[in-house]
Formats: sequence, structure tokens, C-alpha cells
Amino acid sequence: MTNDPLIIAGKTYCSRLLVGTGKYKDFAETKAAVEASGAEIITIAIRRSNIGQNPNEPSLLDVLPPAKYTLLPNTAGCYSADDAVRTLRLARELLDGHSLVKLEVLGDPQSLYPNVVETISAAKTLVKEGFQVMVYTSDDPIIAKQLEDIGCVAIMPLASLIGSGMGILNPWNLQLIMERVQVPVIVDAGVGTASDAAIAMELGCHGVLMNTAIAAAKNPALMASAMKLAVEAGRAAFLAGRMPKKLYSAAPSSPTSGLIK
Amino acid sequence: MRILPQPDNELIVISVSINGSTQHFEHPLSIADLIQKMALGDKRIALERNGEIVPRSQFTQQHLVHGDKLEIVVAVGGG
Repeated sequence: MTNDPLIIAGKTYCSRLLVGTGKYKDFAETKAAVEASGAEIITIAIRRSNIGQNPNEPSLLDVLPPAKYTLLPNTAGCYSADDAVRTLRLARELLDGHSLVKLEVLGDPQSLYPNVVETISAAKTLVKEGFQVMVYTSDDPIIAKQLEDIGCVAIMPLASLIGSGMGILNPWNLQLIMERVQVPVIVDAGVGTASDAAIAMELGCHGVLMNTAIAAAKNPALMASAMKLAVEAGRAAFLAGRMPKKLYSAAPSSPTSGLIK
Repeated sequence: MRILPQPDNELIVISVSINGSTQHFEHPLSIADLIQKMALGDKRIALERNGEIVPRSQFTQQHLVHGDKLEIVVAVGGG
């Protein structure tokens, strides 16, 4: 598998599992899970600093140094193109000009379903400003193609709603997206357990991004390692090419001759 | 949170919104001074002033004026 890299915006990654850093109980748990996942690309959020509170409080970037990981700042929590663009401009400044970002513009706070109209608008602005945009979107193949045409470097459709753990609800749409799009397709959101990640990879997705499935597990580091194995297994199965499904087979696995009488 | 002593008649005082809360400062004050006062000097932050990014290299040159709206952000865990 070493010569099967994931290439995003010209950069090569060995791991096809991308992980978020939210919802952990502390930085130690975050670090243990990220390390167990083997992920090289990890998402972070951009938030207002707590002015005057705990000046000595450790920072996430001390625990997960930008020199060791490809940090992917996201726009989670943004409901408009403007807010998403402002957030990523701040992120680029924060990370010394780093331009690889995750764009996500949400439609409503209950479902966290993406607002694709605002997403497309933000993507146009960000690409124009030189950002390399990995974009979270619905599993609509037409929108996915439009986002690629705008210049996004990876299309990241949901498998099911953020934080739902419902798994791959519409594998057919994911296949339609992969048929239409040349850039990497990374399932983002909805994975609940290892088999979901394996299914995404068996379908031919180029990677999987998850946060809650690991962070909300009883043992996050153990689930992170399960996800690492599942993504690798699913990828290997995809490359190997599965046997066709048949209702039954008249070809048993053992020889049909030489049976004792 | 009070950062400076109570404004009095001998000082020119400006009001600035920082992350949505109004703060009062003695004038003149650079962004670098502000960062120092807020004990954010050692932190990796980014700052937006009235909707525009202010690069770190300009923190000492840019002075706050009354009515400025600042956003100061850090990286936190997120998915």
C-alpha cells in the first residue's frame, strides 16, 4: 500500500484517514486518538480567544504541532459565505500563510446539513484568493461537479448528517460523484463505526474524514486505531476488485471430482 | 473585565469592541500594546480589524481608534 498515496493539491499523503480534533475531554485524549489514527491531515476550528482568561492555558497547536501534521482549518459553525471566508482568512494568517482549508457552510443548526448555495459562493471567493479548498457538501453529484469546476481540490460529501453516526446512507450518490469528479472524493461526516469507513473505501472513495465516531467512542484511541485498519482494509479491497455478487453459485470452492463413494 | 483604571477626565479614552465585548483604553494604543496587555503575546493568534486581517508585522504600526471592531482568534479542537 506504500505506493498508493492520496494526493491532494499536489501533496502526497500515506494515510487516507483524516480526523477532527473536537469533542475530546482533554488534549491528552485528543493526542492519543490522533496518533492512533495515523492521520496526517487533521482538522481544527477557529474561535475567538478567551480574553484575559488562563494566559498559560496550553494551546491545541502545542499538542498537535503544525510541523508534524497538515492542519486543516475548518469553517464549522458558519452559516454564510461571508463568515466562512472571514474565518479562513483569519486561519491563513494564524497558520502563517497555510492555504489548504476545509470549507463548510451549514444550513441549519439542527441538522447541520450543508447550505450548498452559500458553499458555492464561498468556494468561488476562496479559490480566487489562492486558497486550496477541500469542500464539505451534500451528496448531490451535480453540485459536486460544480465545486470541482470552481477549483476545489477535494470534494467531501456527507455519508449522513454530521455527528449522526448513521453510516453510508446513499452509496449510489457517492458513486455518481466519483464518476463525475477527478479530484479526490473524501467522505466527510456520518461514519459511525469501522465498517462504515471500510464501506466508503470499498466504494472507491479516496479517503474518509471523521471526528465524532472516534471522539464519542468509549475508548477513542482504540476506535481511532480501528478506523485506521478499516480505511486500509477498505482501500485494499477496492484495489483488489471484489467478486461479483450472485444469488447463488453452481461452482463450489472444493473440487467436484474425487469424492469418496 | 477591566483592563485599565476607571476612565477619568485627564485621559482620552476610546471604546473598542473586542470579540463582541466593549473595552475602554487610554489613547493612543497600538495593536501590539493591546496584545501585550491581554497577555496574548506568546499565543498563536490572528486578528481582524473592522473586517480586514491585520498581519502580525503591522501590530506595532496600527493604532486603535474609537469604534474599532476587533476579532482575535485562536485554533481550537474541531471536526
